[in-house]
Amino acid sequence: MPSICFYFQVHQPLRIKKYRYFDIGKKGPYFDDNSDSNLNNQKILQKVAQKSYLPANRLLFELIKEYPKFKVSFSLSGLAIEQFEKYSPETLESFQKLVDTKRVELLSETYYHSLSFIYSKDEFKSQIDLHAEKLKNVFGIKRPAVFRNTELIYNNDLAKYIEGLGYKGILAEGADHVLGWRSPNFVYRPVNTKKIKLLLKNYKLSDDIAFRFSERSWCEYPLTAEKFAAWVNAINGNGQIVNLFMDYETFGEHQWEDTGIFNFLRALPREILKHPDNDFTTPFEAIKKYEAVGEIDVPYYISWADVERDLSAWIGNSMQADALSKLYEIKDKVYKSKNNEIKKDWQRLTTSDHFYYMCVKWFQDGDVHAYFNPYDSPYDAFRYYMNVLADLELRLKENG
Amino acid sequence: MFGWEYPPHNSGGLGVACQGLARALVAQNVELVFVLPKKLGVFSEPFRFRFADVAGFKIAEVNSLLVPYITSEKYKVLINGVLPEGQYGATLFDEVRRYAFLAKYIAESETFDIIHAHDWLSFGAGIVARKISGKPLVAHVHATEIDRTAGKPNEFIYREEKFGVITADRIIAVSNFTKNVLVDSYGIKPDKISVIHNGISTSDNMDSYRVDNNGILKLKRLGYKIVIFVGRITIMKGPDYFLYAAKKVLDFEKKVLFVMVGSGDMEGAMMNKAAELGISNKVLFPGFLRGKELASVYQTADLFVMPSVAEPFGLTSLESLLYGTPVLISKTSGASEVLRNSLKTDFWDVDDMADKILSVIKHKSLHNELVVNGRRDAYSCSWTSAAQKCLAVYNQLI
Repeated sequence: MPSICFYFQVHQPLRIKKYRYFDIGKKGPYFDDNSDSNLNNQKILQKVAQKSYLPANRLLFELIKEYPKFKVSFSLSGLAIEQFEKYSPETLESFQKLVDTKRVELLSETYYHSLSFIYSKDEFKSQIDLHAEKLKNVFGIKRPAVFRNTELIYNNDLAKYIEGLGYKGILAEGADHVLGWRSPNFVYRPVNTKKIKLLLKNYKLSDDIAFRFSERSWCEYPLTAEKFAAWVNAINGNGQIVNLFMDYETFGEHQWEDTGIFNFLRALPREILKHPDNDFTTPFEAIKKYEAVGEIDVPYYISWADVERDLSAWIGNSMQADALSKLYEIKDKVYKSKNNEIKKDWQRLTTSDHFYYMCVKWFQDGDVHAYFNPYDSPYDAFRYYMNVLADLELRLKENG
Repeated sequence: MFGWEYPPHNSGGLGVACQGLARALVAQNVELVFVLPKKLGVFSEPFRFRFADVAGFKIAEVNSLLVPYITSEKYKVLINGVLPEGQYGATLFDEVRRYAFLAKYIAESETFDIIHAHDWLSFGAGIVARKISGKPLVAHVHATEIDRTAGKPNEFIYREEKFGVITADRIIAVSNFTKNVLVDSYGIKPDKISVIHNGISTSDNMDSYRVDNNGILKLKRLGYKIVIFVGRITIMKGPDYFLYAAKKVLDFEKKVLFVMVGSGDMEGAMMNKAAELGISNKVLFPGFLRGKELASVYQTADLFVMPSVAEPFGLTSLESLLYGTPVLISKTSGASEVLRNSLKTDFWDVDDMADKILSVIKHKSLHNELVVNGRRDAYSCSWTSAAQKCLAVYNQLI
């Protein structure tokens, strides 16, 4: 009797504007592009809110009302919440309304959606605490029991560290090279841990919705709720949970309304619940309900990105490595300066998206990934980032 | 195949491109005869040459090596210094007409399936050959008069060009950029034009030209960064924008040297411009270079800039990448269509150009990524694939 466990990622970075070499010394601001481009954070947030967050939240609210068994989970990055407060309070309200139904679980993550675990455990911890505090202030909830790292970046060390912080559960990608013959449809335990449990994304079914939904060339096109429910039913007797983890923008932004994605979601609870053994669950519920069936060993980092499911999207080339090392090199100086403005700007530079934009490997593939990059090229993304970093360093120097 | 210049008797990219294509076609088992207007020298290629002037006529030789690129007025100036015996054809246009006239005899004495003429200088000859033989003509456009003169075309040249592309059975353009010029300014229907990007010859052993003793290298060791411009110093190549960008860069970073390799009608003006801008101690003009000397400049440089106003292709940018130097190229260039991993700019946006130059010289990681990935793009431009596309065009006509 598989329980569907939905987890939706809600994140918007603060994109760096075209900060040129000559702008070094002007002391910012860095993130306030107000042109018509895809670097205009306000414009993008409001657009995605209209196309995706607001209609999807409205739909979820309806479904929660109609189906007592329907429930979902989210993780909202600190930067997303901040931008909702500033540019779209109604979106924040709709999330608050959902959380108040008590059938929407929120997860813990780093406030700035960063790669800090890899570079600085101190920074990592302080960003997690900052995030938990934000959740308390905005949603009135206590610290979540389940954690998910940026872009589901995960390895054994992370699991152990998170267990040490008191979390009961953690999410990761159900990558083939980690699972081997095993199925992602069970609860596991990370190696060398005692109590924390691991939920692995069922990438086939998740990506069917998130990526393949509107692909006409896909052999299963069109995907209906009925068809999907049949696939879930097929797991019956052979799985505890079906972890459907994806970007919330799937609904309305990556998959536009005219693909029928909202209709699919609307029909899904009904189709799933037709089978009496099926139901919906959330990460913490699943962890409480099921015992770990085995151990999972992930010595090297995995993530939910690309075919490789590793770190190459953010740390694959020498520009990314250069940027990341220069960034973390000045961390101590930043904190020593006791200057909050500088510290905030520095933390905004830790967001994983900045490095994602510097990725060259997809740049060969032309249009497909151009969608994800608001700059003309990964080289331009790198240039602007480094100019901003240089400006920040100058501010540090002048701060004394 | 009708051409006008051929390496090493060339003054620009036209001859280089013809050589690359001709060799690659022969490698595809095409039997090729390359016609030149005069016997420029002795060539060793896997195909035959014919020289239009060596056809049993006694016609005086004229040194017209700069011909594909200069206007008729300038040509007259050059000619007046020479005074050959039995002068026939005082201007460039007469040369072109003479070529066409003589092509008749070449066409009558050869058997062939296709006539392939490169640029306006050879179109006349190609048209005559077509008339005589009844075989189809392919007009290969490497550059247009509109590009060369930044929109102020010489009437005669424009007419010859236009007549050539209209009469031809099919047109090959070296880039989408050039194709668009043909559609917009010459009224050609898009489906008559096939875009075949130029390739690069990697057979020349790039590594054999080791930079050993060269003044620029010494400056580099003293901590200078080297930014180069390689091309004819003429309006369509945007040399003035190069200098304005140089000035802006030097306002922020003193230890940069700008090297303008090439010669052309704007040479003197650019030297003056550098002085005017107060940067002549940071700008070098080594003149036209080729072979080892050119290779060593490419290798020593930290960045190659091609700020062309109108560049039908821009082979030099690919050459630069093969020598391990990243490129910053104008968006109005054919090369920008094939070099994905390069920095691109609008030729007139001097600030943007300077901004990008500064980034590359400041960040080694950026420089290295551009080289590694840009080189891959350059290698993928092969004459073999160009020749194959060419054959496809031929097959449509036979």
